Amino acid sequence: MHMADALVSPAVAGTMYAVSTAAAAYSVKEVKLEDLDRKVPVMGVMGAFVFAAQMINFTIPGTGSSGHLCGGMLLSAILGPCAGFLTMIAILTIQCLLFADGGLLALGCNVWNMAFYGCFIGGFLVWRLLNQKNMTRGTITAASVIGCIAGLQLGAFSVTIETLLSGITELPFAVFLGMMQPIHLAIGLVEGLITAAVLVFIYEARPEILYGYERADRKAAGRMSRRGTIAALAMLTLVIGGVISLFASGYPDGLEWSMEKVAGTAELAASGSVYQIAEKLQGMTAFLPDYAFKASDSAAGTSVSGIFGGVAVLAVCVCVCVLIKKMKYKKR
Amino acid sequence: MNRISDAIVDLHKMDMEAGKCGWLQGIHPLPKLFVTLIFILLTVSFGKYDLPGVLKMGIYLIILFVLGDISVKLLLKRMKAVLLLVCLVGIANPFFDREVMFRLGTVTVTGGMVSAVTLMFKGIFAVSASYLLMVTTSMEDICYALRKMHMPKMFVTVLMLVYRYMILFLKEIQRMTDAYTLRAPGQKGVHYKVWGTMVGQLLLRSMDRAQNVYDSMTLRGYNGEFHLRCKKRAGGSDYLYVFVWSMVLVCVRMI
Repeated sequence: MHMADALVSPAVAGTMYAVSTAAAAYSVKEVKLEDLDRKVPVMGVMGAFVFAAQMINFTIPGTGSSGHLCGGMLLSAILGPCAGFLTMIAILTIQCLLFADGGLLALGCNVWNMAFYGCFIGGFLVWRLLNQKNMTRGTITAASVIGCIAGLQLGAFSVTIETLLSGITELPFAVFLGMMQPIHLAIGLVEGLITAAVLVFIYEARPEILYGYERADRKAAGRMSRRGTIAALAMLTLVIGGVISLFASGYPDGLEWSMEKVAGTAELAASGSVYQIAEKLQGMTAFLPDYAFKASDSAAGTSVSGIFGGVAVLAVCVCVCVLIKKMKYKKR
Repeated sequence: MNRISDAIVDLHKMDMEAGKCGWLQGIHPLPKLFVTLIFILLTVSFGKYDLPGVLKMGIYLIILFVLGDISVKLLLKRMKAVLLLVCLVGIANPFFDREVMFRLGTVTVTGGMVSAVTLMFKGIFAVSASYLLMVTTSMEDICYALRKMHMPKMFVTVLMLVYRYMILFLKEIQRMTDAYTLRAPGQKGVHYKVWGTMVGQLLLRSMDRAQNVYDSMTLRGYNGEFHLRCKKRAGGSDYLYVFVWSMVLVCVRMI
């Protein structure tokens, strides 16, 4: 996705340099607040590692092709978004100067398209959102895949916009977008899986390296016990079923609304012996018809319906779980 | 994994070229960086049909490549990726822009054809200019120039460290992939079952290495300041270099 100089006009290149510089200035300010002396060598070595690791071809099963590591996401997951962003800028600068991968004038665009989205959207928003409370293999994998896909999709979208604003290609916007987005969706998925594999390995071997692990770990340590969770859920059920249910909307639901529009009534009359038997049976079992006491519209009926419904569902779930557990035990 | 060994060889070649004792290599890095940026900026500022204008800018490259005795072999290699990308974007132009510009004998040349070729030349020239900068200026000098342009000290230090450790990691990865390839002959790339372990191991080693680097830097008196120095001070010839080339390039652009 590295853009060449020929693909951008000076105006677009200048604008992208300005916005990338603003993001870099913010990152420098943020990183300076951390232990800078220690951080800088780590950033340098990690940058060299990502640069080199991106050279490894990873086989994509069943396709015959190969993919590589998603640098921004990996760096942000280890160094944090701001330090990761600055390290990615260093990598992109070296790729541009030494390997002609992206142009000197288009560097601002490349920093924005590849480093900003990868580090701040993928590595900051997604990673933080999914791993904030509890860091597990699942959340790491989900964050890596979603982060890489989101980063690459936004990056590809920006490339399309920048190229079109530069007036370089005659391709219509929709066609160009249609070419860019699907291919980067596939690339994002593969890069996300590769990044996830590496990060899950780190999580298993030395989780303290991962960004935000300590915070998530502390939060996980402060979680409620099983008994506390059950008590909290029971209280919540009582409040929702007993109090909030009184404020439930009196308007018809989606199906009733549709039926009213089509047939003119929300309840269709059914005829036949089967329907009559079913109705009789329902009348005997439903001691709280329409979520109220029989022949009464009092608010207490709605509250009791809410609480009783919650308890009944809980009882059924517990019975089913006990039954499944017993069946499994018998099989063994 | 030829890509890795190719990258290592290319880096060494670039380093050797930059270390030569030519007149171009002797110019202060800041004027060279400045002139390169002006050249690229002016080249891409030409209109999409202005092929003659873009071609005229080639004078800068021809003069410097000849006078500086710069090898074009490495340049052609680097050009492949850029040309592919530029062609991919420009290939649609002849199909969508069918306005006739002129005729070459019996061949009708459309606006799309001209804009596609112009785009290609812009790409070639821009890459050639940055290549010219890199084969005549070492990475340390580039970092020095960036520092002189008031780039944050921390960023320049990271850039320098990435460059220094890059070759080390490339060699390490080459050893790892060679060992893997010998045990998995005929397999294209690394199998998905070892994606995590292979790179993860290297990453853990890198983190340990980063700690060692930090410890050794601290022992040598590192206190957050990374001192860069240039082999020569900017003199009259350097200012003349900037002045002459700026004038020439602006004149070529205006004509």
